[in-house]
Amino acid sequence: MRNAIKMISVLTIVGLISGAALVLVYSYANPLIEKNKKNEMKKAIFRIFPDGKSYTGETVDEVDVFRVKNAEDTFIGYAFLAEGNGYQGVIEMMAGISPDMETVVGLEILDSQETPGLGGEIATDKFTSQFKALKAAPEIAYVKNVKPARPNEIQAITGATISSRAVVTILNETIKKIKGKLK
Amino acid sequence: MTDGKNCAACGKEFCKGLWRENPILVQVLGMCPTLAVTTKALFGFSMGMATLFVLVSSSLVISSIRKLIPPQVRIATFTVIIATFVTCADYFLKANFYTISKELGPYVPLIVVNCIILGRQEAFAYKNNVLESLTDAVGMGLGFSIVLVILGSIRELLGFGTIFYYEIFGKGFERWVIMALPAGAFITLGFLVGFFNWINKRVKA
Repeated sequence: MRNAIKMISVLTIVGLISGAALVLVYSYANPLIEKNKKNEMKKAIFRIFPDGKSYTGETVDEVDVFRVKNAEDTFIGYAFLAEGNGYQGVIEMMAGISPDMETVVGLEILDSQETPGLGGEIATDKFTSQFKALKAAPEIAYVKNVKPARPNEIQAITGATISSRAVVTILNETIKKIKGKLK
Repeated sequence: MTDGKNCAACGKEFCKGLWRENPILVQVLGMCPTLAVTTKALFGFSMGMATLFVLVSSSLVISSIRKLIPPQVRIATFTVIIATFVTCADYFLKANFYTISKELGPYVPLIVVNCIILGRQEAFAYKNNVLESLTDAVGMGLGFSIVLVILGSIRELLGFGTIFYYEIFGKGFERWVIMALPAGAFITLGFLVGFFNWINKRVKA
């Protein structure tokens, strides 16, 4: 009996002290973590819209959408967060689209677990720059091993068709989701 | 025990982690982070430092309260203490080294189940005093980190042509993609352990 009480009290005390320590660490770290996440998003938005100066966020159909304005306070386009399954895990990206939802302005891959050296190349400028001024209507398509002929096509990365297709599919689906729901 | 004896014992505890009982090369513990995060030298280094921090802190705490912990609940107590320090390390990385923490992904929280840490508490910190446990933990942690950095450097050099992002082979280098993939981790680790055993044999002979 005495032993049982000792076991319970030691575990309880260790648990309480650990919990208290974690609260302290959390209250120090959490604001910094939030700031890091915000900064990352901000950087991605302004890389897609180099003329952008400010933005306001809203949520449409579970998609985070940002209205981006330039220095003269004119509305220049939407940026939105898109995510979906890639080859090995979830791909997270930030994309920009023109106010009429017809033309993609740019794309930034925020997070992916694709194969390094193959699918991982979706995060390089060589791949993402194909999305600059890309027609999103009727929808984005991809071609393999040949130069894209139509204004709505991109070229898939050799050896990483699944990752390239995943990016295109995620973009198309997200655009479809938010299209017409923004005023 | 005299001071001189104490010091010599500590030196032995420290060195065994680096070489004779190296956690990766000899004990072959903690393989999951060893294979998973060593695609680049910097990630291996960060993982090593996070593990070192957790190992040293939990060894300190556990060896100083070891006489209060009833043996029946020692594993549960160790786990709570280790998990607390792991969470601290995870928050710290996320708050101050956001990009590194993103690359390491779930492997920082997974330090909780790294058998090197629980193994050292059970085999050493629970039975020895604070000073000895501290040197043991630092030695083991450094031994682990050094091997991770070597592994990461070799894989980064062959897989990307760089070490710590410093260009070694220049632009014309054809990257060995396999070295950046899991297979490259197994191959490199195999050669490293083989090389280590070869040296050990020659030293003994």
